[in-house]
Amino acid sequence: MDIHELKSVCTQVRRDIIVMTNKAGAGHPGGSLSITETLVALYFDVMRGIDPKDDKNPNRDRFVLSKGHAAPGLYGTLCERGFFGREEFDHFRQLHGILQGHPDMKKCPGVDASTGSLGQGISIAVGMALGAKHTGNPCHVYTIIGDGESDEGLVWEASMAAAHYKLDNLTVILDHNGMQIDGTNDQVMSLGDVRAKFEAFGYDLIEVADGNDMEQVLKALHTPACPGKPRFILMHTLKGKGVSYMEGQVGWHGKAPNNEQAAQALKELEG
Amino acid sequence: MSNEIRVTPTGEKEATRVAYGKALVKLGEQNDKVVVLDADLAAATMTNAFRSAFPQRHYDCGIAEADMVDIAAGMSTMGLIPFCSTFAVFAGRCYDQIRNGVCYPHLNVKFGFSHAGVTLGEDGGSHQAIEDLALMRVLPGMTIFVPSDANETYQCVEAAAKIDGPVFIRTARLPSPIYESRPFEVGKGRVVKDGKDCVIFTCGIMLEHTLEAVKLLEENGVDAALVCFHTIKPFDVALTLEYAAKCGKVFTVEEHSVIGGLGDTVASVLCGKGSFTFKKIGIQDRFGQSGKPAALLKEYGLDGASIAQQVLEA
Repeated sequence: MDIHELKSVCTQVRRDIIVMTNKAGAGHPGGSLSITETLVALYFDVMRGIDPKDDKNPNRDRFVLSKGHAAPGLYGTLCERGFFGREEFDHFRQLHGILQGHPDMKKCPGVDASTGSLGQGISIAVGMALGAKHTGNPCHVYTIIGDGESDEGLVWEASMAAAHYKLDNLTVILDHNGMQIDGTNDQVMSLGDVRAKFEAFGYDLIEVADGNDMEQVLKALHTPACPGKPRFILMHTLKGKGVSYMEGQVGWHGKAPNNEQAAQALKELEG
Repeated sequence: MSNEIRVTPTGEKEATRVAYGKALVKLGEQNDKVVVLDADLAAATMTNAFRSAFPQRHYDCGIAEADMVDIAAGMSTMGLIPFCSTFAVFAGRCYDQIRNGVCYPHLNVKFGFSHAGVTLGEDGGSHQAIEDLALMRVLPGMTIFVPSDANETYQCVEAAAKIDGPVFIRTARLPSPIYESRPFEVGKGRVVKDGKDCVIFTCGIMLEHTLEAVKLLEENGVDAALVCFHTIKPFDVALTLEYAAKCGKVFTVEEHSVIGGLGDTVASVLCGKGSFTFKKIGIQDRFGQSGKPAALLKEYGLDGASIAQQVLEA
């Protein structure tokens, strides 16, 4: 798939995010829109062994959405990748639906880990990478964490373990949009020098100036692993990217667009 | 004529935590998918034996119990069977990871949590788990074992590896008598002594002390039945109902808070099933404290004499 096609998939995933959150009247559009390029790059270009017909292939690369509330972004991506049809969006956050409010590996095809309790996904990803090393599985494990999520101590415990066990089969991606529920990172709990902190924990760190630019995202994700070190990609993103009234707005963290707002967003997202 | 005691002491003593460590080595020889995780307590949880035997299959996660549990969750998705080992008191500290990381997706992770109860002794109340069973019981899909001696610990560890899903094994620091090995079936209680006047339901290393109580009761003309459960969940409802109906007077004895543990498990089984005299003997909604194990058992009403007295007074 060339870069134009990947960008076009991103637009479609953004439309999916708007459609499903609007239908459900709930969900987290802001932090889903900020990671759309990363998700599409992973599932359509970077990850190996991804096959909707064989989603349990033991050697497939794994993905853990540690910031599990960005489920609409993941669901849109999995849907466009062929894991299920768009009709499932009608049941997003509904009783008996496969698209639970937060990703459920037991219910949704293509989901490698159940997440939602912040901090846990990165630790689970560390366990997957460690388990892969232990069993000789050649897979690579990717996880996206949030900057708000990085308030959780577990993010740092997991990072320490990733470096200790030299997990060069692990890539941790930070969706650094600068915002969380109660305000900006700096208002709620400052991350300080986020780059220096994660580097100090022993990662091989790559910084991406615009995490919503597909070229930059692909370049970072395709950078060969540094032997003996886990990879960290500090991805600067824009919360609500692609929908004018959501961009850079804290208030669109966990709020669904109403019909009028959804119509406007879909108009803006016409490929 | 009194009813005979159906357990035979071997004359040896061993803490169930020690047996847990040895059982892991045995299991490790049989099943190469078994890996052991620790949080810098391998010397206390006795998993250092496994670490010596299989250094490549032992992972220390540092003093980070929450991380240990989620790392185990991740490893289990790669086909491994991780046994997480730490103190039972830390079940609360990594509870969200046990709940959301392991139980919610029903992953194949085992928890060998040791040093439960006040018999931990000198380290005191900050380290004496009195609530771990309550925490574990409410988790859907969790199997809970509380072995009463070394042999039962082996059986619980072996059974845990065969169960596809989360299993919690509660062990103790205090050495306790080893009884001759008996047949083991997950979810089945064991009648230790039959009786007609009352029944005592117990679990774990309280077996030793309830046995003493039963003998004291017999000297006082009370023919008490004694039933010991190595599995708290799934619970042996049929046996519980049978003995409660037969004896009418029901006592539960546990080295755990009387809130949420064995006593409440039995209470929930009996509720609506008849009229019984019922008393929960255990830690009465207080924390533990430092002391010698024997002194602590007496303080909390859990030594043989105290148990017998509470039964006689009921």
